[in-house]
Amino acid sequence: MLAPVRDVKLRMERVGMAFERDGKSVSVLEDINLDVSDGEFICLVGPSGCGKSTMLNLMGGFLAPTQGSVTIDNQVVRGPDPRRILVFQERGVFPWLTVEGNIGFGLAKLSRAERRERIDHYVQMVRLQGFEHTFPSDLSGGMQQRLQVARALAVDPDILYLDEPFGALDSITRLLMRGELLRIWQSERRTIIFVTHDVDEAVQLADRVVVLSARPGKIQDVLTIGILHPRNISSASYLEHRDDLLKKIGLAYTA
Amino acid sequence: MLKYVVASLFRVTWGFLLAAVIAIPLGLTIGWYRRAGMALSPLVQVFRPISPLAWIPIAILWFGVGDLAAIFLIFVGCFFPLMLTAMSAVHNIPAVYVNVGRNFGLSAADFIYRVLYPAVVPQLIIGSRITLGIAWLVVVAAEMIAVNSGLGFLIIDARNAGNRYDLVIAGMIIIGTIGLLLDLGMRSLERVKSFRWGYSED
Repeated sequence: MLAPVRDVKLRMERVGMAFERDGKSVSVLEDINLDVSDGEFICLVGPSGCGKSTMLNLMGGFLAPTQGSVTIDNQVVRGPDPRRILVFQERGVFPWLTVEGNIGFGLAKLSRAERRERIDHYVQMVRLQGFEHTFPSDLSGGMQQRLQVARALAVDPDILYLDEPFGALDSITRLLMRGELLRIWQSERRTIIFVTHDVDEAVQLADRVVVLSARPGKIQDVLTIGILHPRNISSASYLEHRDDLLKKIGLAYTA
Repeated sequence: MLKYVVASLFRVTWGFLLAAVIAIPLGLTIGWYRRAGMALSPLVQVFRPISPLAWIPIAILWFGVGDLAAIFLIFVGCFFPLMLTAMSAVHNIPAVYVNVGRNFGLSAADFIYRVLYPAVVPQLIIGSRITLGIAWLVVVAAEMIAVNSGLGFLIIDARNAGNRYDLVIAGMIIIGTIGLLLDLGMRSLERVKSFRWGYSED
């Protein structure tokens, strides 16, 4: 399924980001212009150190851009907000809370009954039934990441930012997790921005793939992946897209 | 004999608790505001190497011979280890937890209660265990000089009142045993499920 064309949800306008390091200013991102529509699935790819995660942190409000602006629903992003949740690569779940405690972390304002209902719903959705009272240290890496996604979804955010969420998992778990994420995305349409360095991941998941160049990161290309889900990863059109993306990243490396 | 044990434990408990109540929140605050930590660091580094026993004359000057002087010495002995533990516990909180807390829009009070506090508890328990051991060392020394009861007094008194080395050895054994029990008590905290994550091998 392709996301239907909708309103612009998130807009980055002439965004630049520089960090101070040893008294010198190091430019990480330059002139980033990007419109993301509501409900769209975007993958950010690029060589390591190109500023993918920085871009995500700017969108999430964890960093403020040194140039330009990030707007969501026409409002400038001024800080982190529970309407937009970032999922981290590792150690994102709280080890001192059980599965239930983690999913309920952002639900303190709800009544007990509502909270119970939400927790149950998302335990089901990420298939952690039977582990409600388990602590994260007793869960596998894949389960911990599903738990983190569940905690994020439970507060009903408009946008989900995922920072290489499956990067630390083995390749089979990764494959399964992609399927799970697609299933979740299709059942609860949210805007997703997904950072990855895995070309297959991008081509399998995204509506559009944004390719960043080496540092300082600029948007080098935006690829639309016009294949319906579920995508057959050995079909001709899939491989075509994959080759196309690889070529572009190859250029990114030599540029 | 039992009343000496109670007297020693009483002093350790109060000295340790007073130090914990002041030093831990202070250390957490200083640790959170790194600049405050840097500003106060020289002062801390000067006071820290002073043995709590060096405070004995001042303790007696201020509080006279009695419980208060002994409690004060234990307080001094516990204060810096606890404060430094709290400071380093805050430094060691993974940035991810702080960011998640910010992301979910917690108020300052909620952030302290639901992220900061649970994140530092395992390290505070370890620090408290070590510090309680120090307190137990200090109380014996303090009681030899600053008071007329307790296990330290028992030992020094047994020697002075006619070289009763049997009592000296008995006192030492009791001190060792109680020290062990205190440590076991603190250690059992580490098995609490929501703290246990802090002690995994990785």
